[in-house]
Formats: sequence, C-alpha cells, structure tokens
Amino acid sequence: MPKELESGSHESPDDSSSTAQTLELLCHLDNTAHGNMACVVWEPMGDGKKIISLADNHILLWDLQESSSQAVLASSASLEGKGQLKFTSGRWSPHHNCTQVATANDTTLRGWDTRSMSQIYCIENAHGQLVRDLDFNPNKQYYLASCGDDCKVKFWDTRNVTEPVKTLEEHSHWVWNVRYNHSHDQLVLTGSSDSRVILSNMVSISSEPFGHLVDDDDISDQEDHRSEEKSKEPLQDNVIATYEEHEDSVYAVDWSSADPWLFASLSYDGRLVINRVPRALKYHILL
Amino acid sequence: MAAAAAAGPSPGSGPGDSPEGPEGEAPERRRKAHGMLKLYYGLSEGEAAGRPAGPDPLDPTDLNGAHFDPEVYLDKLRRECPLAQLMDSETDMVRQIRALDSDMQTLVYENYNKFISATDTIRKMKNDFRKMEDEMDRLATNMAVITDFSARISATLQDRHERITKLAGVHALLRKLQFLFELPSRLTKCVELGAYGQAVRYQGRAQAVLQQYQHLPSFRAIQDDCRVITARLAQQLRQRFREGGSGAPEQAECVELLLALGEPAEELCEEFLAHARGRLEKELRSLEAELGPSPPAPDVLEFTDHGGSGFVGGLCQVAAAYQELFAAQGPAGAEKLAAFARELGSRYFALVERRLAQEQGGGDNSLLVRALDRFHRRLRAPGALLAAAGLADAATEIVERVARERLGHHLQGLRAAFLGCLTDVRQALAAPRVAGKEGPGLAELLANVASSILSHIKASLAAVHLFTAKEVSFSNKPYFRGEFCSQGVREGLIVGFIRSMCQTAQSFCDSPGEKGGATPPALLLLLSRLCLDYETATISYILTLTDEQFLVQDQFPVTPVSTLCAEARETARRLLTHYVKVQGLVISQMLRKSVETRDWLSTLEPRNVRAVMKRVVEDTTAIDVQVGLLYEEGVRKAQSSDSSKRTFSVYSSSRQQGRYAPSYTPSAPMDTNLLSNIQKLFSERIDVFSPVEFNKVSVLTGIIKISLKTLLECVRLRTFGRFGLQQVQVDCHFLQLYLWRFVADEELVHLLLDEVVASAALRCPDPVPMEPSVVEVICERG
Repeated sequence: MPKELESGSHESPDDSSSTAQTLELLCHLDNTAHGNMACVVWEPMGDGKKIISLADNHILLWDLQESSSQAVLASSASLEGKGQLKFTSGRWSPHHNCTQVATANDTTLRGWDTRSMSQIYCIENAHGQLVRDLDFNPNKQYYLASCGDDCKVKFWDTRNVTEPVKTLEEHSHWVWNVRYNHSHDQLVLTGSSDSRVILSNMVSISSEPFGHLVDDDDISDQEDHRSEEKSKEPLQDNVIATYEEHEDSVYAVDWSSADPWLFASLSYDGRLVINRVPRALKYHILL
Repeated sequence: MAAAAAAGPSPGSGPGDSPEGPEGEAPERRRKAHGMLKLYYGLSEGEAAGRPAGPDPLDPTDLNGAHFDPEVYLDKLRRECPLAQLMDSETDMVRQIRALDSDMQTLVYENYNKFISATDTIRKMKNDFRKMEDEMDRLATNMAVITDFSARISATLQDRHERITKLAGVHALLRKLQFLFELPSRLTKCVELGAYGQAVRYQGRAQAVLQQYQHLPSFRAIQDDCRVITARLAQQLRQRFREGGSGAPEQAECVELLLALGEPAEELCEEFLAHARGRLEKELRSLEAELGPSPPAPDVLEFTDHGGSGFVGGLCQVAAAYQELFAAQGPAGAEKLAAFARELGSRYFALVERRLAQEQGGGDNSLLVRALDRFHRRLRAPGALLAAAGLADAATEIVERVARERLGHHLQGLRAAFLGCLTDVRQALAAPRVAGKEGPGLAELLANVASSILSHIKASLAAVHLFTAKEVSFSNKPYFRGEFCSQGVREGLIVGFIRSMCQTAQSFCDSPGEKGGATPPALLLLLSRLCLDYETATISYILTLTDEQFLVQDQFPVTPVSTLCAEARETARRLLTHYVKVQGLVISQMLRKSVETRDWLSTLEPRNVRAVMKRVVEDTTAIDVQVGLLYEEGVRKAQSSDSSKRTFSVYSSSRQQGRYAPSYTPSAPMDTNLLSNIQKLFSERIDVFSPVEFNKVSVLTGIIKISLKTLLECVRLRTFGRFGLQQVQVDCHFLQLYLWRFVADEELVHLLLDEVVASAALRCPDPVPMEPSVVEVICERG
C-alpha cells in the first residue's frame, strides 16, 4: 500500500472524475533523502497547495507551486528516539484552520503544529500494539479515532490524552482503517484483516448526540417530532451492521465524498464492495 | 341329688327342711350364674354339651332340677343302666343319704342352742332398760338445778366483769401512752446507738397516733420532740447516704429508711441515681484506663470480665435496689431508671466497642468469641431487669457488629492469602532455573495454590463457626441463626471471596500495559486452570461444606452454585484467551520483526531455514509442554497418514497470478483469484482471536493461528525478490512440518501457510518458486 502512494502519481481531487483519461505525472516529491514514504495527505481545506508526507521518521510539509507541477519542501521535522522510529500513518485535522496534523508511529499517537512543525501532544501507548490508522472527527474539534493491531478502535479527546473517550472491541484481528462519516460523525466505519467491515453508531460522542436538532424542521410536524425525539433519546452506541462480503483481509474503507450514505471497502483479493447505510438508520438520523 | 334322695325317704322331718333349701338352691344359682356368664361370653349352650347334667330345668331326671320326678328317674335308671351300674348308683346314693342325715342332725343341734341363748338375752335386756329409765329422770332434775345456780352467779358477777374490761382497756392505753412519752428518749437512744432501723420503726408506729391527738398539748409536745429527733435522724441518714463510701446495699438501706421517714421519693430517687452514677462512672473510668492510649496489656477476655463484673454487676445491683425501693414511683420511676441505664450502658458499650475494635486487627477468634459470649451473657441479667433500656438489644447489636466486622476481616485475610499465593507463584516462576534442575512444575504450583487457598478457607470457616457454637449465649439470636449464616458467612465470606478471586484473576486480563503484560503467561495459565478447577469441583465443595456447617436457612436469597460456577468458568475462559493472546503476541512479534527487518529483494538463494522459524517451533513446543502440564490433550480432527509430505496446492494458481500481476487488467484478478476464492468459499472463515476451549490443542491452535495470521499480514506488506520468495517457501514448509501436530485441524495451518506463500508470490516481481523436492531437502537438513 505505501508503495502505490510512493509511485508519485498524485492526482488532485478534481481529476479523479476523469476515469477514461490516462494518468499523467504532475510533480514528483523528492524523497531520496528521507526514505520510504508511508503516507501522503492533502491539506483538507484551502487551495490544495499543501501536502504532508511521512517518510520513515520524518514529517515533511510540501508546497505545490506553478499549478502543482513543482513541489518545494517547505518545512520538516523528524522524530528522534530510541530505536528505529517509523511513521505508519497520518491525518490532517480539518479544524483550527488546518494547522494540526496527527501521526502514528508504533503504539504512539502524536499531534503536530504545521506552522512550527513541533509536537503539540503525544498519546503514548494509545494501542497495545501497532497503530494502523487514525481519523479526525470532521464536526467536532479535538476528537480523534484510532485503530490498531490490538483489534480495538479508540476515540480520543486530544485535550485529555491519558484516557480514551471510548473503546470499541468488535473486530477479531488487526483494524486497518477507521473513517468518520463526513457529515454525520456518529457513523464510524472500520475495516479489518478479519475480513469484516463494521459500521458503528457512536451517538454518545458525536456532534449530534441526541439525534438531529429540531430547528430546521417545519413547525407543523412539531408534535410528531417531539414524540420521535423522545424515542431517539435513549439511542445507544452500537454496531449498526457487520459486512462480511469480503473473503480476505480488508485494507481500506472510506465514505463517498458525494453521497454521505455510501461507503466502499477494498480487500486483499481485489474485491471492492460498495454499501449503503441502512435505510431505517438514515431516516432515523435525518428526521 | 342329695336333696332329692333326702326328700324321698324322710319327708316329715321338720328341722331337716331348713338346711335342705339352701343346699338345693346353691348349685341351681350357680348354674344360673354359669348360664349368664356363658351368655355373656357368647358360648352357646351346645358348646357346653359335655356336661352330663343337662341345663334343661324342666328335665324330670335331673336330680338337682326343680322338676325332679323320682319315678321317672328311677324308670330311666332301671331302663338304661346295666345291673352293675345300678348297684353302684345304689351304694353311692345310700352313702350320700347317710352323710346328709348326719349333717342335718348337727345343724339341728347347733341352731337349737343358739335360739335358747337368744331368748335369754332378750329377757335380760328388758330388765336393764327399766333401770336406765329411772336414772335418766334423776339426771334431768339435777340439770335443772345447775341451770338455776348458774344464772344466779352470772347475775351476780355482771358489774364486776364490766369493770375488769374497762381496767384492761385503760392498761393498754397507758402502755401506749408510756411508749409515746418514752418515744423521744428511745429515739434519741436509737439514733445515738446508730440503730436507725429500730428508730424508724418506732417513729412509724407512733406517727399515726401523734397525728391524731396533736390537738392535745402534751401530745403536741411529744410530736414536736419526735419531729426534731426524726429530722436529726433523717439528716444523719442523709449524711451517711451522701458520704457514699459505704457499698450499694447500705445505701439502699439508707434510702429505704429515708423513704419510710416520708422523705420525698422523687428527690431521693435522683440522689440515689446520682450516687450510683458516681460509682459506675468510676468503674467506667477504670475500664477506660485499661484501654489506655497504648495497646492494653490485658487481653480482651480479661477486659470483658472486668467490665462484666465491675460495671454490669454494679448496674444490676443498682437496678435491683432501685426497683425494690421506688416501685411506688410507677412508670415515671422506671423510665428514669431506664434512661439512667441507657446512658451509662451506651458509654460502657462505647468502651467495649473501642476495645473490640483493637481486637479486630487479628488475633484469636476463639478468645474473641468467648469474650463476646461473656459480655453478652453478663448483660442478659440487667437486660431482663431493664427491658425498657434495651441493653440486651444493644449488646446483641454490638456482638452482631463485631461478628460482621470479623467476617470482613476474614474476607480480607482470604484475599490477602490469595494474593500471597499469587506472589509466591510469581516468585517461583521468576526464579532462575538452575541448569539441569527443574524448578517446581506448574502442576505442583497449582496444587500448592489450591490446597493453600482451601486450607485458608477452611480455617476461616472454622474460626467463624465459633460464633454459632451451641454453648455461646448469643448463637440462638435470630441474626446468628439466619442472616449471619446465609448473608454473612455464605454470601459475604465465601461467595465474596470466590467473586473477588475471579475479579483479581480477571484483572490480569486487562492489565493496562498490554504490551506483553507484566503478568507472566504461566501465571495466567495457572490461574485459568485454578478457576476451571473451582468451576468443576471446588466451589460446590466449599459451598456444601459451608451449608453443612452453618445450616443456612433459605429465607434469604443466596447465590446459587451454578452462578458462581459460571463466573469462575468465564474467568477461566478469559484468562486462557488472554494467555493465548499473550503467547501469540510473543511469537507474532518474533515473526513480524523477522519479516520487517529483512531486505527481501536482495536476499541470497535460501540454503537453510531461517533461525527465527526454528525459534518459533521451539517456543511453540515449549508452550505445548507448559499447557500440557495443566490442560488435557483435547480432540483434533482426523489426520491424513502423512501430513508433512503435502505440497503447496494453491501455489500453481498463485504463480500464474503472479505472472499476470504487472499487466493488471480489471478482469484479470477475478480470474486468477477464482481458484483461491472458491477454496475459501468452502473453507470456514478463520476467526483469529476466537475464544478457546479448555484443552491443550485448542490453546495451541489459537496461538498458532495468531502467529501465522501475523506472518501473512506482514508478508503482504513487503516486496520479495525471487530468492526472497523461495526463502518464504522454505520457511513455510518448515513451519508446516512442525506445527501441524499442535493444532486441532491441520488444514488450518496449511491454509494459512499457503496464503503466506501465495501472498509472497503476489508481492514478487519475479516469482520463480523453488522445486518442492529441494524445499524438502533443505527443511530436512534443519
């Protein structure tokens, strides 16, 4: 997986629609001095001119110039410590004006400030074993999900790094991916090498803990909503569905950027499965 | 027969008649009686047919019958009997007749004499009565004379008698008066001599009279004198009472006298209680001194004895005296006493509790129980006396509290013992092994732990059992019969301990530093086995033992054995699963490092199996041995005759796929993966971190599954050169040679290893596999 990323063919989000066209190399991130790249992430907001890449124990911030044809290393930082430290994964926080990046190496999660390229927080032993992936809650700043080889998914508040806010232990092997839904952040998707994809409903720590707010609904249906509101109240964190279509390890899951109720998962045997959030839940969240 | 015979020859003889009647009637009556008896006993006449004389009273041949007809009889005799018998009956009859004749003569003579003497007697009596009549007449006249005299005398004595009666009255009055006049001096004397009792008695006797005649000046004077003296007496009594030095009985006497003197009872009652309080407080102070700031020297038994005899005894005396003295006070007085007893009692209880609290730390249970027993027993007497004060209840409460605390203490002790056992096991496991000399085996350690815990539990039970012993006075209280047994001992102590044991064991599963964990895996294994043993046998044994010893009554809901067993089993399962995870992680880490740190692209052609794989097999064997010490073998699926000779079946397809991989057309992966996918469809999904069963094979299967899955995932992250792939091939074959024997289903190992090789081939730009024969040769070389 890292190899594909390394191949250098970074298409910008706008280009992804042109499936028929062949891919052409826009620019090359020169990583000869820093070793294998583990991860490359775009700045989530803004003009798409910034990229963070993680290479071995270096975190590199690139500026794309001249209509993305040239990448200039803007700043970098490196992780020093005992043994061979290697980043495994990283995410760019969409909050705080995109100044924060979180990375994972071994069992540790770290937060970085991209302006000074200095560490802002560190969660030692976030997982019992290797941390595989992490994701920021798109609607709730400071909230971060991580997953790893201890089969667990943990949710963190980066202001208090001693305890996870919540821990899920549904998978029976390493969890390779965790993704928040872009608009309804109670929906969390995880993919694991036990060949399962699990969709969980983390209502209690989402940005809309008690279902949808009433204010944007018409007043005439107020009564109905009241009663529904009540029925929604005791909604618990739970697993919505476990998808077992894959025969081999699932290495990637993600939400559709167009339709918030659509998601895809990719497994080792090359099978791409696209699923929808169950209709009942969708209406439950919407209404 | 005789009568008939007699009637025949001599019918005229007069005197002979009289005896004949009764003689003849007697047998008849007897027979009648017989008949009635027979009737009564339900014997039919026929049954008595053996009797020669027929019962028929009308039978004319019946000699003794009323209708006896001599002619008929003779006819019958002559007709029926032979000559010899006739002769016999004739002689017999003659003999009888003779005997009857002589009898008659004697009777006649005797009766004749008697009649004559009777006539004489009557004649004599006639004469005597005539004489007596005369004497009676004389007596009557004499009596009349006497009556006359007597009347005259009493008339004469009348007035004198009256005078004597008056004189006697005057005498008595004078004696009383004399007593009254002497009273002041007597009282003074009594007071001087200290015979207060006597004085009070005199005073009591005189009081009413003086009261009645106080309008007379002389009596008034006496009364005044008496009053003064009495006041002095009362003062002296009070003085004595206040001095307090004298014992309780003397004080009680003083109070009694004062009461008799008509002192106000209310006030006396207060004062009496105040004095008693002083005395009892002294006792309490001495008890408190025994408590002291430093640990007290006398043991708890001595303390309670002291308290019992000193304070409780004193309280008893006070109460008894009070009730005797102030019975007249009614409910208000009783209330006062109860309040008094309650207050002092509560202080005493506070002291006792402080002392008992010092005992809680440890020490001898039997001593404590004996002390409590005495404490409780002592308080039962005043408890009966002062029911309102509720001292007995309070005492029972204290005993109950102590018992409860004791239970808590024992529970702590058991927990500590369990933790101690665990520490011992840790040390034994951590102890460096001397080469050639094995340390204590796991099984031995397990047995040690189990027996030590069991003996601790038994010791605790025995210690707690003292509380319910028959001879202990509080053992028949409802608390000790019911709640103590069921809630306290069974639920609190035994079930509580088993629960806490399970919790302690479970806490090892979720220790925070999951990385390897501080807990040695062997300890996890041992605990798991311990819990399993508890589930199968020990829990029910312990609970049965408890139920037998404490006769738990079923009024409180108790935790059933099955629940506890389920908990223990769950704990055992979690521990074992955790053990599998930990051991799997150890091997996984080894495999992961070996895959991640190697440069697979530029590796040389494999000459032998990598050392890591040998290490993995060695470790697995070691784990196998370790688990085998505690767990049974378990079942495995039927195996083919020679599992080691298997070649990689999937490899052909993977090779093909590898060759096509660079071109990567959308349809290609579907085709190439078809075979392996179809195979996967028919093989069951492998749950890597699945719960394990309680046997060796299942444990080993779990560990190997985790390890191989890790190997698979790691291999998928690397890129291999041709020789790298071949090395993986060799390694996997080696693992297959040695690992299949550990698992339940060897297919599983094959499947995973095939996957590993296939994945490596997929990640290889130049996948040229090694010849299986060469692989085998290398592996067999070691």
